[in-house]
Amino acid sequence: MHELSIAQSLVELAAEAAENSGIKKVKALFLKLGVLSGVVKEALEFSFDVVVQGTSLEGAKLIIEDVPVTIFCPNCQEERILPEPLPMRCPTCGTKTGQVLAGREMELYALEGGEENA
Amino acid sequence: MHDLTLNPRIVEIRQNVLKKNDLLARELRKRFQNVGVYVVNLVSSPGAGKTTLLTEVLTRLGKRYRTAALVGDLATENDADRLRQSGAKVRQITTGTVCHLEAEMIERTLQDWELETFDFLFIENVGNLVCPASYDLGENQRVVLFSVTEGEDKPVKYPTIVNSADTAIITKIDLAEAVDFQRKRFYEALNEVRPGIRIHEVSARTGEGIDEWISQLEADKSAFIHSSGSL
Repeated sequence: MHELSIAQSLVELAAEAAENSGIKKVKALFLKLGVLSGVVKEALEFSFDVVVQGTSLEGAKLIIEDVPVTIFCPNCQEERILPEPLPMRCPTCGTKTGQVLAGREMELYALEGGEENA
Repeated sequence: MHDLTLNPRIVEIRQNVLKKNDLLARELRKRFQNVGVYVVNLVSSPGAGKTTLLTEVLTRLGKRYRTAALVGDLATENDADRLRQSGAKVRQITTGTVCHLEAEMIERTLQDWELETFDFLFIENVGNLVCPASYDLGENQRVVLFSVTEGEDKPVKYPTIVNSADTAIITKIDLAEAVDFQRKRFYEALNEVRPGIRIHEVSARTGEGIDEWISQLEADKSAFIHSSGSL
């Protein structure tokens, strides 16, 4: 369970990013979470609520978008989205591939400021 | 998420949550490359045999190379003491409650080491198949270990770490028969998660497969030095 460390990093990064973007009060954080990121969404949400208390981000909402695995199929020469994280196989032609293009990310995608920032 | 931009109060950030760790890992990797030390990060469940295998590898490798190891555990110096029997320079990292090693711990621990005096540095991660996956330590190669006693479907149960690994090592292979290890099923499971991953079978007790893995590490190191030279 390392979601607490991840939540800590997320809050630090978001606070820094908010300051750099001139956002005084953060209303929401938009996070992209790959299904291969190794992070459990519910545990991260829980940890975020704990970590955010007493920081400049207190009261902000965490909105998580799940990102499926995208692979590159060497046979089709196409990018393919996998319906499930496993197996690592082209859903169209069945070719196995180790080329993962997306699905591992843990990215703070955007921040939403509160009314006073408008 | 494209509709987000319609809201004027939304600012695009697009930064990796573990940016600090990633940046530090990149710096470490550069440092390792500059001094020519090849770094291997070992990850596995507790009890897969990381320390036993590593002690054996360090002992054999130490006859021809200058070797060092860092070992992460929540508590105790026991593993460092065991690894030191190989003659390698070893330092323990005790993480307290943290379930994985982070780049910052590696940097801090290596601070007073003269890295150029080593050819190989092994980092034995905290025994855990989940959390270490997310943290780049600046290693050149990530090796995931499974013992034959762990069950053939284990790679599928922990896809994140297997998918991030370059090499898989099956340990305690001398017990394969006793525990009715289904080699084919295990290889299939690995290939579902990480097609093309390199696989070695070893036994630290009988010595089986260890020299083969060492030869591979030597080849990897020379390929790495060759590629550094062309930078």
